[in-house]
Amino acid sequence: MTVEEKQPPAPRSELIGATRRESRRLMEGWWQRLSDAAADGRPAANVFVMGSAAEILHAFDIVTCFPEITALQTAIRGSSMDYLLAAEDHGYSPDICGYVKVDVGLHLKERRHPMGTLPKPSMVVATNMCNTYVKWAEIWERRYRCPVVVLDLPGWRGSGFEAGRDGFEADRRYVEGQLRELIGVCETITGRRLDIDRLRESMLAVNRLSELYRDVLAENRHRPAPFNAMLDGVNYMGIANIHRGTEEGVRFMQVALDELRERVALGIGALADERFRLLFVGTTCYTHFVRFLELFKEWGGVFVLSEYMTFAGGGIDKGIFYDTDRPLESLAEQLLLSSQRSMSGVFYSQDWHDQVVRDYQLDGICFHGVKSCRTISTGLPDLREWHMRRGDIPGLFVQSDLVDTRLWSEAQMKNRVDAFFEALQSRRLMRER
Amino acid sequence: MPMSAEDLIEECRELVEDPEFSAVRDWLDHHPGAKVLGHFQVYFPEEIAHAAGMLPVKLAGAGSALQIRQADARIAAFVCSIVRSALEAALSGHLDFLSVFVTHPICDAARHACGVWARNFPELSAQILYLPQNAGSSHALDYLRAEYARVARVIEQATGAQVTDEALRASIAVFNENRRLLRELYALKREAPWLVSAVEAYVLTRAAGLMPRERHNELLRAVIPALRARDARPQDKLRVVFEGGFCEQPPLDMLAVIQEICYVVDDDLMIGLRWLTDDVPQDGEDPLRDLARAYLQTSSHSPVQRDPRRPKEERLLARIRDANAEAAIVAAAKMCEPGLEEQVAYGQALDDAGIPHLVMEFEEKTRVFEQTRMEVETFAESLLLDLV
Repeated sequence: MTVEEKQPPAPRSELIGATRRESRRLMEGWWQRLSDAAADGRPAANVFVMGSAAEILHAFDIVTCFPEITALQTAIRGSSMDYLLAAEDHGYSPDICGYVKVDVGLHLKERRHPMGTLPKPSMVVATNMCNTYVKWAEIWERRYRCPVVVLDLPGWRGSGFEAGRDGFEADRRYVEGQLRELIGVCETITGRRLDIDRLRESMLAVNRLSELYRDVLAENRHRPAPFNAMLDGVNYMGIANIHRGTEEGVRFMQVALDELRERVALGIGALADERFRLLFVGTTCYTHFVRFLELFKEWGGVFVLSEYMTFAGGGIDKGIFYDTDRPLESLAEQLLLSSQRSMSGVFYSQDWHDQVVRDYQLDGICFHGVKSCRTISTGLPDLREWHMRRGDIPGLFVQSDLVDTRLWSEAQMKNRVDAFFEALQSRRLMRER
Repeated sequence: MPMSAEDLIEECRELVEDPEFSAVRDWLDHHPGAKVLGHFQVYFPEEIAHAAGMLPVKLAGAGSALQIRQADARIAAFVCSIVRSALEAALSGHLDFLSVFVTHPICDAARHACGVWARNFPELSAQILYLPQNAGSSHALDYLRAEYARVARVIEQATGAQVTDEALRASIAVFNENRRLLRELYALKREAPWLVSAVEAYVLTRAAGLMPRERHNELLRAVIPALRARDARPQDKLRVVFEGGFCEQPPLDMLAVIQEICYVVDDDLMIGLRWLTDDVPQDGEDPLRDLARAYLQTSSHSPVQRDPRRPKEERLLARIRDANAEAAIVAAAKMCEPGLEEQVAYGQALDDAGIPHLVMEFEEKTRVFEQTRMEVETFAESLLLDLV
């Protein structure tokens, strides 16, 4: 039985279930656009969730393809290994990012995906939020001879660094200069000049999307939490990325918020019996997406919040406040702030964890490291140690992978999850005494 | 009595294998109150630290000198050894002399290292120097100049000394001399590899990051003529370029195995110490800007620095051509995402150019090299037969 099937019978309300229906519709529409672009050759850009520059690309009507999303979708459909092994046969190491290998496999197999066909990239925008983005972009650059724009967003700098200070203006000028260069590439590819009003519309849509996304996250402060951050939350985040800067994205997030508020009003939680409220840190295992959640559900554990919804949501969780009176300057400023606060903030996120553990009344943290993502996973054991030592916040550290089934060990995972909940239960009993 | 080349090389080898950083501790004994800046791979503009009176020290991993005990509890399992062993060195007190630690966005593990170090050593200033990944942007130079100025402020805070333009120019002169001497050493490797082995050139180079650069200049000034004067004859060995040592370093014994079979006529080992390929102006109006310009315009290549103006494959082919090499060893450290990804591109480029190459992996802490010996021997023999 799946997590979805175990939902309690919902009271009659047309809002309940609306988000998933809308999400499915939007995802199908996105795939249709990708397949259309593959067929008719309209300009398409390969971009990434951490800094897609969608505001500019939408202003040029350039179709945006997110290879991280298309790769994870192969894992959810059980076909990631077909692509991944094709890339390994081509020379790629078992020890590199599985998303990259799935994507290489897709391109080796004429870009045919279980959900449609990927277009040939006309261009690539890769931020430095993940170093693998840059290496990945170079693979397409070599294969398709397409322009690659590395959008360099200088991020968190270390001890004592405060986002928005410490040389921020120099960083901002650098980013603004790069955005102007990116616009030049888009103009060359499309043969059109930038329509600044289209850019403003897109930026305003991101402002609203970000505000709604933050409201969505805040709804999980309720008990029971109305959504699971690693199930529904992944959906919210996916649509927020694909539809960043569009009216459809704003409408979707409004639907999600309305449904969540209805669920709160009706007392419907993500789990029928919520016993432990958890923060998820890391990225999930898409090859065993539902099974992973079931291991927690069996103990009444729900992921009330996830760091994944912050960095992989493109940083909109901390708020985007574009000033459309000075569009490019403001775009640079806000992209930088979101990179420093959210996307590269994961390297030093213990204070944010402390804050949300209090705000969301959490019982513990699950740290999930994946071999495919050293960006997120490298320091997770240290963060767990830190919280155990300093804050007395219980932590579970487990490892698997995003898309590589060879790295999932059911018995080991279950043993560790069970042991974690047993400890949480004992701790609660001790405190109650 | 002046020391022989062999003695000087042995001194360097001891430093490279010494997890206690004894030359750094000696320097501190002679400079009470002075500060040390440790910089992780690949490149750091050491002149900025030097201009403030600091000793810049290259942190290139502990090899097999340290057993990993504490770092495993802090770093995920699928991360390369160098990030782990550098942290182990710090956790076990071997780097207790550091006042500033700087890492770079060369890879995601190295960026994470800053957070881990900052949490575990709150008294230390743990920093990321954000070297530009968009080196082709016309705005990269202004940005990098400002980023160097930010790092200079961090250094000023740590030392209480000012990084003046005058001091920077003097430091640039010291480091220019060092780079010139290292270029001379590498020219000798290319021209007459029978006079200086791969291991010898390697320890002589790596020692630059482990002692005051003025002392290293003296050492190279003494050793290079002595190497040239060696009485050695060329052997019938395959001339190879070793690529893949830009960050984690292969064990010395692995290089020794390779040099028994081949002449390593050029490489990217400790490339960060040789990153700038030409002199930086010593009398410029804005020395920070001169350093930034040199990083962007007259520099080497590695898988962790993107520069669309100078594709890495072309740079590797040029390195092979310039060294008159017959083949390449394209190596990567285990779990090194950028290195392993670049191997595929390098392999393709070498295939296209018809240059034989051997692809291999290594780990700094490996102690047994029979497999390496067999692979390199088979590779070299097959090529020598072809050449005959």
